[in-house]
Amino acid sequence: MIATLYQAIAPVSALWRREVIKFLRDRSRLLGAIVQPLGLWLLLGLGFQQTFQMPGDAVAGINYLEFLFPGIIALMILFTAIFSTISVVEERKSGFLQAAVAAPMSRTVLVLGNALGGTTLAVFQAALFLILLPVIGFSVSVQGLLLVLLASILMGLAFTALGFAIAWRMDTTRGFHAVMNLFLLPLWFLSGALFPAEGASPALAWLIHLNPVSYGVDLMRQGLYMPADAPLHLASIGVGLLISTVLAAVLIAWAVYTVRRPLFSDT
Amino acid sequence: MPGCVFGLLGPNGSGKTTLFRILTTLLAPDAGSVTVAGSNPQSDGHQVRAQLGAVYQDTALDDELTVEENLRFHGALYGLKPADLNKRIDELLARFSLTERRSSYVKSLSGGLQRRTDLCRGLLHRPAVLLLDEPTTGLDPAARHAFWSILLHIQKQENTTILLATHLMEEAERCDEIAIMDRGAVVTQGAPDDLTAAMGSDVLLLESDTPSALRDHIEAQFGVEAHVVGSLVQVTNGDIHHLMGSLYEAFGELIQSATIRKPTLEDVFMAHAGYHLEGGAARFTESTLQL
Repeated sequence: MIATLYQAIAPVSALWRREVIKFLRDRSRLLGAIVQPLGLWLLLGLGFQQTFQMPGDAVAGINYLEFLFPGIIALMILFTAIFSTISVVEERKSGFLQAAVAAPMSRTVLVLGNALGGTTLAVFQAALFLILLPVIGFSVSVQGLLLVLLASILMGLAFTALGFAIAWRMDTTRGFHAVMNLFLLPLWFLSGALFPAEGASPALAWLIHLNPVSYGVDLMRQGLYMPADAPLHLASIGVGLLISTVLAAVLIAWAVYTVRRPLFSDT
Repeated sequence: MPGCVFGLLGPNGSGKTTLFRILTTLLAPDAGSVTVAGSNPQSDGHQVRAQLGAVYQDTALDDELTVEENLRFHGALYGLKPADLNKRIDELLARFSLTERRSSYVKSLSGGLQRRTDLCRGLLHRPAVLLLDEPTTGLDPAARHAFWSILLHIQKQENTTILLATHLMEEAERCDEIAIMDRGAVVTQGAPDDLTAAMGSDVLLLESDTPSALRDHIEAQFGVEAHVVGSLVQVTNGDIHHLMGSLYEAFGELIQSATIRKPTLEDVFMAHAGYHLEGGAARFTESTLQL
């Protein structure tokens, strides 16, 4: 019993450890992962500071830097999670993944190990970014912080799984980039991260409500204000958690299904 | 035969890699069935994969990790216990003279050392059958020699069965038995010495501008078997020395040069497949240029 359990866990943990070791060793990746979202946050936040006006009177005092903060965390998670899987495209063709799928383990292990690894990197970066909170005058409660981390983990799992499934189907990293940009940017633009649904045109507001990523961003926003009510939130915490969990489960299931496809499309 | 070294000799595209993919359960056969150590790769994938080790043309190592990290990673995929794995890694690294490199990044190693590390990886779980797909591609002769001498030493000690895919005569000659493959099928099979012995004591190679015509003449007048291979006519199984004189008298104007040699596996391949195994592509360009 213990032996079987070990045989199931050892490969997942080895895949996870590999992702983390490689990430920590690559200083440029580490630096880029922090500097890029920070730059984007300051650029957009300070740039739109005077232009941005909150819909409704109740929240007139909120500034754009503050509004944008949860969205930037979400952006960081989306990108780190997805692009941690880009190496799968190359490794599928090299001997590395051939050797991994020739090992006596289920291919589901590959999905889980990669998803946990990518999610760890994404959440780690989000946590680093959260250190900036006092700069914008936020003090977050412990349960609020836990909610933000939980939402980050769910979003990380969902998008590493999505990236893995797409990488498994792609023949070139160029193709992977193209497909991901097609998905990622609209998902983020229409997640209530950049502008709230309330102030947008009805069509856009509708899309924001349909976008499952919106509920992850919403959970982060609510976590930052806990125990007080967050301004302009979409749904209750329960609904947000439900949608985020279902999204992660569906995308992991899709990745598990995809990884059963043969490694070689040419033969 | 357990514990033997079995070679698949054939050019690229003859089906060696496809066979390996079927054996490692990565691909289903279009027709027919295979058994690995008593199990069917299609129905008992886990069982088969646990018994197999595989070393591919591209090494399966992660460049960004060290030698030891790579071995630990793959050992974990096979579910090896940390204590056993540590012992096995120490043992293999020592055997392959890699102990000093255990903390080196794989990307900093020479091609030969990377190949050896990859072989360690394939042997970690003491596989019953080790598949080697062109394992010495890109190595110089010295590194190739070192690779083989260590491998055969361990193979004897652990009684591993080796299935080798290669297009190199030099590697095929190290096998206990070989199957020569051409376009997805085995054309002949046997011990390398038996296969060459079956060609007779000598082989005659005649170069000609009109090799087909020359072969027809030879077969009609002398009743010996002859094969056209590119611009060559290969004659085997006869009193070659005696034959050569008579051939020159009869068709001297058709013959540009003649070579007599002891038969090699190259000759066996040529006789069965009708083209050169090594340098086949180069020969083809040459003859195209002549046109």
